[in-house]
Amino acid sequence: MMAPLPSLPDRGGPAQPMLTVTGLRRWFKLDSRRVIRAVDGLDFSVAKGATLGIVGESGCGKSTAAKLVAGIEAADAGEVVLDGEVFWARGARIGPEARRAVQMVFQDSHSSLNPRMTAAESIAFGPEAHGVKPAVARAYALELLEAVGLPPDRFADRSPLALSGGQRQRVNIARALALRPRVLLLDEPVSALDKSVEAQVLNLLVRLRVQLDLTYVFISHDLSVVRYVADEVAVMYLGQVVEQAPAATIFAQPLHPYTRALFASKPSVDPRRRIAAPPILGDPPDPVDPPSGCRFRTRCGFAEALCATGTPPLGAVAPGHRVACWMAVPRSGHSKAGVAA
Amino acid sequence: MSVALEVSGLEVAYRSARGFVPVVRGVDLTLAKGRVLALLGESGSGKSVTLRSVVGLTAREGARVSGRVRVLGQDVLAMDARRQLDLRGSQVGFVFQEPMTALDPVFRVGDQIAEVLVRHRGATWAEGMARARALFDLVQIPAAAQRLRAYPSELSGGLRQRAMIAIALACEPPLLLADEPTTALDATVQIQVLLLLRDLQKQLGTAVVFVTHDLGVAAEIADEVAVMYAGRIVERGSAEQVLLAPEHPYTRALLGCVVRGGYAEAPLVELAGSPPDLARLPPGCSFAPRCVSAFAPCGVEEPGEREREAGHRARCHLGR
Ligand SMILES: Nc1ncnc2c1ncn2[C@@H]1O[C@H](COP(=O)(O)OP(=O)(O)OP(=O)(O)O)[C@@H](O)[C@H]1O
Ligand SMILES: Nc1ncnc2c1ncn2[C@@H]1O[C@H](COP(=O)(O)OP(=O)(O)OP(=O)(O)O)[C@@H](O)[C@H]1O
Ligand code: SF4
Ligand code: SF4
Ligand SMILES: [Mg+2]
Ligand SMILES: [Mg+2]
Repeated sequence: MMAPLPSLPDRGGPAQPMLTVTGLRRWFKLDSRRVIRAVDGLDFSVAKGATLGIVGESGCGKSTAAKLVAGIEAADAGEVVLDGEVFWARGARIGPEARRAVQMVFQDSHSSLNPRMTAAESIAFGPEAHGVKPAVARAYALELLEAVGLPPDRFADRSPLALSGGQRQRVNIARALALRPRVLLLDEPVSALDKSVEAQVLNLLVRLRVQLDLTYVFISHDLSVVRYVADEVAVMYLGQVVEQAPAATIFAQPLHPYTRALFASKPSVDPRRRIAAPPILGDPPDPVDPPSGCRFRTRCGFAEALCATGTPPLGAVAPGHRVACWMAVPRSGHSKAGVAA
Repeated sequence: MSVALEVSGLEVAYRSARGFVPVVRGVDLTLAKGRVLALLGESGSGKSVTLRSVVGLTAREGARVSGRVRVLGQDVLAMDARRQLDLRGSQVGFVFQEPMTALDPVFRVGDQIAEVLVRHRGATWAEGMARARALFDLVQIPAAAQRLRAYPSELSGGLRQRAMIAIALACEPPLLLADEPTTALDATVQIQVLLLLRDLQKQLGTAVVFVTHDLGVAAEIADEVAVMYAGRIVERGSAEQVLLAPEHPYTRALLGCVVRGGYAEAPLVELAGSPPDLARLPPGCSFAPRCVSAFAPCGVEEPGEREREAGHRARCHLGR
């Protein structure tokens, strides 16, 4: 593909993480007394060309985190470093070139496409805004449509209303790619799709990442999907990361009780191997008034007095494997301290 | 065998700019009392329309409906609107994907349950409230007394879905129709609600038709599975037969698409194309344009349903 916009040059070399996020925070004020701590101290980094999967239940702050990283939503605190250079910090503006480097595919594929533009127009819009001539931008849009599996002769001039969910999601992906980003933030890109279409889109994403030398942050509430696409997995609960590890490690040896419960809640397709009892009870608590200490303690089978008073740190239990649970902290005072790890 | 639900030759068509479009095209179902049938299929395959037709709702939406539906021996399509309404309240419970569509936002949930009992069971208000309290305990809503006084919007998604199950089960209906009741819930909550339904179903001996597009959810709850494609049931049998030894190429493809492992191991099996336009169905087998096993007769002749094994039937020309 001949892209009319240049890909942004690599600066830090292969060992420099593509994305480093520290102390990211966003609280939403509901009124004078109530605050939702949507994202409450997030740290992670993503290696170049890798995929970080973020998994967690509804309302835990996944979409907010992605918008903060992309700079679409302003953070209260924190810093995002892109390939060794500050992408944004509080109060700083993101230049248009830097902004191009980080693109997001939104959760809601319906409302994120303008119904008055055709598929090709939506894709060409970004490059045109960056000064690419309309005819060139359109030619590139057609190439991208082809690349995402939508033959342009059939799809270029369709309105989003005349596309299926899977087709619309591919237009969204093409539109993000048109700006030649280095990082793609994918917010639940397949969750609205039928299972048969899900496989098509996931294969496409895996292929594009290599072809276009991209780094992904892939958000999903579906564990199998995250397991499939990710090299590294972060599990979120109520605005915080509770466990992070390489995908192979976390699926082989999940340590946080919430991660384990999440894994054990996934039905298999074998009717002979049914789940006997729910792994944990209750719903996630109200984010306006999260539990003190460990936020998972109200649903945790191992909670002890300590868990209500102290917030467990997200600490390394092995190289690259971080867990926020008192059981993983030797001599923390939890009766099972050190046993789990 | 006593039968809870019997559907035969059900056809439903909706009016469109291009004339009537058939969306359910000859569905037959028989469900014994106390059994759970999962109706599987992709978006638009006709699962919800089939379910709504069981209680006579589609005809009232202006659809053209033919065939026969019998609930506990009663002919639903022949009933007048009032009797259908009564059937829905007292003998058939309904649980939807989105509880807010069934719960009235301006009434407290406890009052809504009591109301059902007063209307359909002739209970007094006090009896209705006491029963509502018992039902909340049954569906494991913590702090039941306090939650009965809550408005639907004050409950979390999981609690709202439980409240809706409580309403659906208020009159202990012999038949429960559940349309994706756990799809909108989080994984750890979904499994709780699913197992709750499974336990209640066993305890009360309720027959259930459970609509889902999730094979794992079907495996968790179903005795029997029927797979729909383009308005027809293309495969049916016990959950083991259909999910472990699928006969129909579409069912096999669906099982093949289940995401497992990591990208470094193998690409996912794809099912090419998308479901057909119901207004312009291809000739022969509707699945033929996407089927990896299609051969000469498939594009010409519609396959009939054939039995492969006792109770295991598929609608496909293969192995004739
Ligand atoms: N603009 C906003 N104003 C107030 N509260 C918000 C706003 N955006 C998000 N929230 C709240 O912040 C929390 C996190 O929301 P977010 O959308 O990030 O969650 P999520 O993990 O993406 O959930 P889902 O899986 O449902 O998409 C939620 O409690 C949500 O209600
Ligand atoms: N009230 C209606 N008027 C016109 N067409 C309808 C109506 N209800 C459903 N349809 C059409 O009937 C077909 C089957 O719809 P149905 O809702 O049964 O699908 P489904 O299998 O339940 O899908 P999903 O998994 O998306 O819920 C679809 O093409 C749909 O657009
Ligand atoms: S810190 Fe305590 S409550 Fe939190 S997960 Fe660990 S054991 Fe459970
Ligand atoms: S009848 Fe033919 S096209 Fe249809 S599912 Fe069977 S093999 Fe495939
Ligand atoms: Mg979200
Ligand atoms: Mg439906």
